[in-house]
Amino acid sequence: MAYQINGHAVEHDEEGYITTLADWSKELAEAIAETENINMTDEHWAVVNFLRDYYEEYQIAPAVRVLIKAIKKEMGPEKGNNKYMYELFPYGPAKQACKIAGLPKPTGCV
Amino acid sequence: MSEVKKFLYVNRKAPYGTIYALESLEVVLIGAAFDQDVSLAFLDDGVFQLTRNQNTETIGVKNFSPTFRALGDYDVTKLYVERESLAERGLSESDLQEITYEDEDDDWAEKPSIRIVSRAEMADIMADQDVVLSF
Repeated sequence: MAYQINGHAVEHDEEGYITTLADWSKELAEAIAETENINMTDEHWAVVNFLRDYYEEYQIAPAVRVLIKAIKKEMGPEKGNNKYMYELFPYGPAKQACKIAGLPKPTGCV
Repeated sequence: MSEVKKFLYVNRKAPYGTIYALESLEVVLIGAAFDQDVSLAFLDDGVFQLTRNQNTETIGVKNFSPTFRALGDYDVTKLYVERESLAERGLSESDLQEITYEDEDDDWAEKPSIRIVSRAEMADIMADQDVVLSF
């Protein structure tokens, strides 16, 4: 299974997570978002970029609880809450946003 | 909420070569969701898990040592390291990476998570737990 980006294929697993993290690009993120029925806005990008930075620093995708706490600290309580996150990513911020960010499924995501 | 139990994860093995160290860390991260009182102990070769500047490029496995620095975000803020185990391996506290957490109750002040304890203190810490999980 693969996403088609500019004429070449990017492999992904049965749930849509890309298999090689280095394959990620902004175009790919847009393509994955489309399959999730998400239209990427600046607000979506802020979360996706945050996740990528977190992974770069700690080598894990954070749990939802940790993600929301960190967003709250960086961007304020009006964004760092469950409601706002689920409005952006209706099927779960950690799951959907991590997929779009090209990261593995979060540890402890059941 | 039922009563909070004290969980201690005991790490005795080197970070690479076996899967124990990584699995222990993953269990800690998953278990942290359950609002228990979690602490970690590092003794014997387990102290190598916290050494700084780890480089796994030539052994073809992921260097997961940066993940220890995320533990504070998961409210895991007590990493006990046994002094004798360090000394027996020619290591000291300065060979370990700096791991801190932000204390929400103290205006997000950064505080160290690593606590160097003696073998006798480690025994007391273990005796004080409700649950001890060994890796």
